[in-house]
Amino acid sequence: MDFKELENLIKENLKDAKVEVSDLTGTGDHLGLKITSNEFKGKNLLAQHRMVMDILKEELKDRIHAVKLKTETYE
Amino acid sequence: MSNPFNIIGQEQTSKGLPYQENAEGLDVKKRIENMISSTPVFLFMKGIPDFPQCGFSANVIAILNSLDIDYRTFDVLSDMDIRQGIKEFSNWPTIPQLYVNGEFIGGCDIITEMYQSGEIQTLLAK
Repeated sequence: MDFKELENLIKENLKDAKVEVSDLTGTGDHLGLKITSNEFKGKNLLAQHRMVMDILKEELKDRIHAVKLKTETYE
Repeated sequence: MSNPFNIIGQEQTSKGLPYQENAEGLDVKKRIENMISSTPVFLFMKGIPDFPQCGFSANVIAILNSLDIDYRTFDVLSDMDIRQGIKEFSNWPTIPQLYVNGEFIGGCDIITEMYQSGEIQTLLAK
């Protein structure tokens, strides 16, 4: 999966997001993903991760095999 | 690069057992409900506790083993209905999926963070 495309997809949904993508296994489909956004504020961990997983729902069907996700807020 | 999937490292004794199911005539949702209510801690994974078939499942198994608790597992690789059905049931697109007292807690990342923050220990102590 093209990292720039992934970053844009996330930013379309989380306007203020800072996105850091890393390739965990070199195969382009096991991705490390760190997302900073204030949209996560006030939400528990599961709700934050669910927001991201919903954004990646289509990609997770075939182009992304696994995501190691870290969510953060700006403060 | 250290193995991103194995955060625990040392070997542990496992109290995890595959779930023994009798599912004649049950639909997927009912089968899932039976599984997650059969025991306090239930993990949908790829493989079985002694032979996880994916790094993320292995990670959660290592965490559960280090907490020295009983748990049951289901190998989603052995049943496509459950493998697809569990994702719709929890509205979570990946495996593994951990359930505690019938409630979806999260996948590998969330369980790892809850382990590091001590949150999973308190949750399981209840």
